[in-house]
Amino acid sequence: MPPTPATAIAVDDLVVDRGGQPVLRSVSTRIAAGSVTGLLGPSGSGKTTFIRAVVGTQKVRSGTVEVLGHPAGSKPLRSRVAYVTQDASIYRDLSVKANVAYFAALYGRSRSEAMAAIERVGMGDHAHNLAGNLSGGQKTRTSLACALVIEPEVLVLDEPTVGLDPVIREELWDQFRALAKQGATLLVSSHVMDEADRCDRLLLLREGRFIADDTPADLRAATGTANLEAAFLHLIRELEKAN
Amino acid sequence: MSLRITFITAGRILRQLLNDRRTMVLILAMPSLLIALISAIMDSSPQVFNSVGLILLAFFPFMMMFMITSITLLRERTGGTLERLMTTPTRKLDLVGGYAIAFGVAAASQTAIAATVAYAFLGLETAGPAWAVFLIAIAASLFGMALGLFVSAFATTEFQAIQFMPVFVVPQLLLCGLIWPRDQMAGWLQGVSDVLPVTYAVKALTEVQVNTETTAAMWGDLSIVAAAVLVATALGAATLRRRTN
Repeated sequence: MPPTPATAIAVDDLVVDRGGQPVLRSVSTRIAAGSVTGLLGPSGSGKTTFIRAVVGTQKVRSGTVEVLGHPAGSKPLRSRVAYVTQDASIYRDLSVKANVAYFAALYGRSRSEAMAAIERVGMGDHAHNLAGNLSGGQKTRTSLACALVIEPEVLVLDEPTVGLDPVIREELWDQFRALAKQGATLLVSSHVMDEADRCDRLLLLREGRFIADDTPADLRAATGTANLEAAFLHLIRELEKAN
Repeated sequence: MSLRITFITAGRILRQLLNDRRTMVLILAMPSLLIALISAIMDSSPQVFNSVGLILLAFFPFMMMFMITSITLLRERTGGTLERLMTTPTRKLDLVGGYAIAFGVAAASQTAIAATVAYAFLGLETAGPAWAVFLIAIAASLFGMALGLFVSAFATTEFQAIQFMPVFVVPQLLLCGLIWPRDQMAGWLQGVSDVLPVTYAVKALTEVQVNTETTAAMWGDLSIVAAAVLVATALGAATLRRRTN
């Protein structure tokens, strides 16, 4: 089935093996344009593999991943999709500003746009510090600025809020919401359940399969639980009973 | 390939080098100091220094480029920046071209300093022009870069990458004719020496050593080094994978 224009990311029967072990076992989903989708699951559940398949850096065994109507990772997508890896992918021997300005320049963006992105992640005071001397959270924010500067249509973030100050985390989520409001599509992985409520839609990944693909409200209603942590547990128990 | 992105990439790599002051000093000063050391060792035989010092002028940039390329590329691979770059409009050749320009500039600076020291202060003499020596040294350094790029794919840690030095660099040093004349080596070893690109850089230098004008033989040897650069670059670029496990 071809994706409708409102679908930003379409994944069909995606199977990925790593080192002979199945990591994703035939997952499918549709992610709507202009939404924030949370990809949740315990570590080792296949979140990063799924994300890498969406940005087109993961070898896949079978299935298709389409982003904005193009095969994941294909040339037309490289200026429209931004990827923030789990460990900050920045140059430690460059300053914050030089890092962001470099990624900005690859997309034909100016240095002032780079500075604006640095301000947006609250790193303005550290712009001239070497990235290697930053704390973990500051590195993550620098890495994020390298993605925000290109104003991507699709922004894929792998655990972007790990180890961040709650205030910064709050600000980042506000920014994610604002980006989605402007029409960007965000896919954000997390293993922190309290972030799930900020998403329009949730994908719960466990042992390489989606055990839920729903809005937070519907997920709570369907499982009869008050919070999402409990909903996740409820779903796992149901599955185990069924097996 | 995009020239714009290639130059942006070269600028970024040069900036990384410039930020690392200690590496800068080592790159720029070490070859001159080592050649000065060799010259002092061979104090009583200036003729021998003329050929050994000349070969080292091309060998040091080759070795340096191999080392810094294999280590910096390994960092790109293991630090996640390569994967990130592969999701940007950067193409493989832009990245390789960026490395070639940036480290080519570093090798040219290093060679310029070392050659100035060797010619002006250490009494190095060649019949042919110094610019030909410079050209050969740059070709050798680009071969070092391309080889380092290729080899970085087979190392998973910086520790391993350093261990590749004795595997890929030292044999070329031993067999290029520096420590023993090639025609006096065991026959099979001459065959091995014949397929090592550094051998041709040394042969080209020998031409400059004895002829006042550049010779067809020199240009022929230099083209072999240039061809080796292209082959090693193609092999190296092939190891940059957009999709990995």
